[in-house]
Amino acid sequence: MSTPTASRPGTQGSGTDMLSGEAATAMATLRRGVELSPELAKGLGLTIVFAVVATLGRVLVPIAVQQAVDRGIDAPGGPDAGFVTAMVAVTAAGVVLTGISSALMTARLFRAAEHGLATLRTKAFRHVHDLPILTQNTERRGSLVSRVTSDVDQVSQFLVFGGVIAIVSVGQILVATVVMLVYSWELTILVWLCFLPLFLSLRYFQRRLSQAYATVRRQVGALLSAVSEPVVGAAVVRSYAVEARTQERIDEAVDRHLDASSRAQALTAFSFSLGGVSAGLANAGVIVLGVLLLGDGMTPGTILAFAFLVTLFVGPVQMGTQVLTDAQNAFAGWRRVIGILDTPADVVDPGASGTRLPEGPLEITFDRVTFAYPGGPPVLHEVELTLPPMTRVAVVGETGSGKTTLAKLLTRLMDPVEGAVRLGGVELREVPFDQLRERVVLVPQEGFLFDSTLRANLRYGRTGADDAELLAAVDELGLRDWLEGLPRGLDSRVGQRGESLSAGERQLVALVRARLADPDVLVLDEATSAVDPSLEMRINAALDRLTEGRTSVTIAHRMTTAERADLVVVVDKGRVVQQGTHAELVGEGGVYGRLHASWVAQHEPRVDREG
Amino acid sequence: MTAAGAERPAPPMHSRTTHSTLREGFAVLWVAIKREPWVFTLSTIGAVVFGALTVADAWVLGWATDHVIVPAQDEGVTPTGALITAAAMFVGVAVVRGASIVARRWGAGVMQYRMQAHDRRAVTRQYLRLPLAWHQRHPTGELLSNANSDVEAAWAPIAPLPMAVGTVAMMVIAVVQMLLSDLVLAVVGLMVFPLVILSNLVFQRFQSPLMTRVQALRAELSEIAHESFDGALVVKSLGRETEETERFADKASTLRDTTVRAGFVRAVFDPVLEALPSLGVLVVLAVGVARVESGSTAAGDVVNVAYLLMVVAFPIRSLGWLLGEFPRSVVGFRRVRSVLDEHGEMQYGPEPAPAGSGGARLEVRHVGFRYPDAVDEHGEPGAAVLDDVTFTVEPGRTVALVGATAAGKSTLATLLFRLVDPDRGTIALDGRDLRDLAPGTLATQAALVPQQAFLFDDTVRGNITLGADVGDDEVWEALRTAQGDGFVAALPDGLDTRLGERGATLSGGQRQRLSLARALVRRPRLLVMDDATSAVDPEVEARILAALRSGARDSTVVVVAYRKATIGLADEVVFLAGGRIVDQGPHHELLTRNPAYAELVNAYEDQQVDEEVLG
Repeated sequence: MSTPTASRPGTQGSGTDMLSGEAATAMATLRRGVELSPELAKGLGLTIVFAVVATLGRVLVPIAVQQAVDRGIDAPGGPDAGFVTAMVAVTAAGVVLTGISSALMTARLFRAAEHGLATLRTKAFRHVHDLPILTQNTERRGSLVSRVTSDVDQVSQFLVFGGVIAIVSVGQILVATVVMLVYSWELTILVWLCFLPLFLSLRYFQRRLSQAYATVRRQVGALLSAVSEPVVGAAVVRSYAVEARTQERIDEAVDRHLDASSRAQALTAFSFSLGGVSAGLANAGVIVLGVLLLGDGMTPGTILAFAFLVTLFVGPVQMGTQVLTDAQNAFAGWRRVIGILDTPADVVDPGASGTRLPEGPLEITFDRVTFAYPGGPPVLHEVELTLPPMTRVAVVGETGSGKTTLAKLLTRLMDPVEGAVRLGGVELREVPFDQLRERVVLVPQEGFLFDSTLRANLRYGRTGADDAELLAAVDELGLRDWLEGLPRGLDSRVGQRGESLSAGERQLVALVRARLADPDVLVLDEATSAVDPSLEMRINAALDRLTEGRTSVTIAHRMTTAERADLVVVVDKGRVVQQGTHAELVGEGGVYGRLHASWVAQHEPRVDREG
Repeated sequence: MTAAGAERPAPPMHSRTTHSTLREGFAVLWVAIKREPWVFTLSTIGAVVFGALTVADAWVLGWATDHVIVPAQDEGVTPTGALITAAAMFVGVAVVRGASIVARRWGAGVMQYRMQAHDRRAVTRQYLRLPLAWHQRHPTGELLSNANSDVEAAWAPIAPLPMAVGTVAMMVIAVVQMLLSDLVLAVVGLMVFPLVILSNLVFQRFQSPLMTRVQALRAELSEIAHESFDGALVVKSLGRETEETERFADKASTLRDTTVRAGFVRAVFDPVLEALPSLGVLVVLAVGVARVESGSTAAGDVVNVAYLLMVVAFPIRSLGWLLGEFPRSVVGFRRVRSVLDEHGEMQYGPEPAPAGSGGARLEVRHVGFRYPDAVDEHGEPGAAVLDDVTFTVEPGRTVALVGATAAGKSTLATLLFRLVDPDRGTIALDGRDLRDLAPGTLATQAALVPQQAFLFDDTVRGNITLGADVGDDEVWEALRTAQGDGFVAALPDGLDTRLGERGATLSGGQRQRLSLARALVRRPRLLVMDDATSAVDPEVEARILAALRSGARDSTVVVVAYRKATIGLADEVVFLAGGRIVDQGPHHELLTRNPAYAELVNAYEDQQVDEEVLG
């Protein structure tokens, strides 16, 4: 369900926004869609041939009936069994051929559509991982998921169900009309006159139905929300004894959903019934006009053939509104998926044409780096910074000072607006991703875990690492006893998003991953969540071992981290204002002196009380 | 993300519609028919009339052939009366048939929606009636799908039901018609119908397991996308995009191949189902010409039977649709039933609320508790969460529960509210055992502010009053105490702003402040806060606590806390470890005499100060 989220100006500038592709026409969408999924067009010619044969076959039986009546059963010289038998044999062969064509058409359509759309989904999924919105605009992740799931499903549904129906329906009407014209132009016009109002009103009904079902969908959203309250809010509902009120609210949502659904259903039923009524009118007209025209080339067989041909009109009219709605939704979904793929990735992999990083320890330099989120004010101003290799660096600053941005630029989650970040003298934009990710690793605040085993999660650090390598990494960080304390060791399931582990344990997993990745440069965003003291000590010990012998840049949230660092970089309002060791900076005063003083002051009461 | 996200893959099902499924499926339908007899009757009459008129159409055509077309052709004179009658019959049949379609489709829909609505009300009633302990035994996702997808699955066969009943009626009428027209031709028809039904059943047998699999795969694919996008930072920073794409592509290919296989099944069966009646018509013509030749039947009868075959064969599919829904329906119905059949609601006593206006006196005596299903790694019953816990809070006093993660603090808070009953010992409010209080009484005396603020899909006012008769000034006052008046005033519609599902538009701290205001507006005699200010910054928390202490009403307060500032405000601390009380007394005394306590509280404090200074 979509909850109306207030749009936040400044965070969604042009660069972070996805192209919605709303403006694209159906033709343009189709063209671009086929370009992205070439499988859709592969072998389409043959599929169309089968479709034509399958559609043509639908008029075989009405023609057969006419022929059998006029030239066989009701033949002027008495019934002609020989003729009817021969004709039946030919038609039967035709019916079988039609069936085979129809089977081939459907199978080919399914294969082409599903292969094309699987490709589209996968491409879109890959591309989403390159889009900055994924890491910058977290509340829109849900909509990104629907781009690669329900939006594509809708296109698929339409192409293989609606698409077949649409092709066959239009073909059916055309072929029936041509056959009718061959028999009698007068009756053809009559039939068309009977169905015309209905064809013209299809759009109207489709619009009304779309509105009705949009209301239903909104009510489904409200219903799901209401129904979830006694489950998700079980404790609150009981502790405030508001069971009756909660039930009332659910009942209201249930009733509103029932009303909306019933109304939409009534409209559907009505629009569906009109096809049959038109067919009745057409049949009556055909009989009357046909009988009046008898003799002028009109035969009883022709009149009967028309009665059969009219039934070919009913189906398409009845399915018409549905197909139109499906088509509209499918094209809207298709446009959204294409919009994702047509949104350029901000950070581009130079690939093979890039420059390899030099071997050995890497020096980090920020050369007049300025950064601003699209449409926002600069977050970093002309930052000049050189971090020597094999140092433990702590970046310190208040919330909003720009220190996290520094980390994101250093790991190339984003590129600077001006200036350059260099590693061993090579500009980051030039470094191929596969090498960059090998040598520079970010350990985020929240250790995100995937719903799998601990083993699979650790392997995110190094694909294909075997158990011995995993255990070696665990040992190296001094975490063997922690691992052995878990009920099933490496086979432990971590649950959705790692919920079976505590926040601190998830951080440990992130550290082991980083150890496995074994980078030259480690960028750590320190966690802020409260962790039990014993685990806190473990994390610190593991961190010490992990950073040993590497260049590490820590976005510090703990003053003790700054104390232990070889070099402290102080960021304030987007500028680097101080650099040096903890001792030097405390002596220097300035921003760091102020932060330190405030930290000491807040610890004092405890010192006093404990005396 | 949302309740709808709680879909789970369908359970494995028998690939064939077994006899028991068939019987059970009809039993489920019978339940619906008994509950909605009138709508069922209306839609079934619609369907039967529709069937009858479809047959009548063929009869009118045959009649017109014999009485209008052939005489006009043979005699050259148009029989005007008969012509008008035929035309009128065509139009009349069409109009009535239109009406019957409306009755059938509308009725089928309404019957289905009403059954869903009925079950949703019943299931949620049950959720509200059963105790929290029952909820804790069932995963949230399961309960949500019981009320949503299971209910929908259970009543899915109602949509094609009237059509199926009508089809059966139509088939009977058509067969009778055929028998009356010509015995020999009718035999041909009688061969076509069973063949169509049989092909349909075979089709469903191949198709439904594939479609079930497709549904499950879609859910799995969506789960991968969700997880992968949520973990984007990890994926990106460790350069795992290719592996993630492979993981997604693997599932997408499986989904594609399964859908294509389902498509192939359809590609084979659809033409068969369409060709059968066509071939039947041809046989009728071939046999018919011989019969007309020998004078045993009229041309009109041949046309009539041929037409009947064409129009009746198509709706026969609805029988297949009906039977095809049975396996899912039966499983859904059973799951819904299992919720509705649950017993074991909490038992209450007759006692009224204790008298008194000031703070309540809370006594916890020898309380022990363990989660019923908890087992340790050896499969033995797990350790007790609470063991022999005893303490008393005098009226108007504030007690802080302190302990490391999993020390039993939150469990104790739920016991104080009788959300769950202890296994041993008693908890008493003003000397009355909580178990003796009448339903709803405790809520008039006490209020709980849980760790995770829960907001209803309602307005700000509705979320605070929860329907209680409280004036706006009291609501604002509670908001002021909770330091939430500022942001609420800034909302577009103030107290009337709708918060949407679980207040998704608010920050964690804002949600907690609303949750706190909800408790305060009730002026409870006992206030229990389970780490209820964790998402609020310390300065705001200090103001909240100060406001609480200066409140006119001298509530008894129990607070689960991590922050030293919060703990410092308590008159007394109860220090828990491993489910037992290890120490008890004023904060500063514990700090000096209990090193474990000092270490824990100071460690949290260090993290806290750092966060404050460095953000």
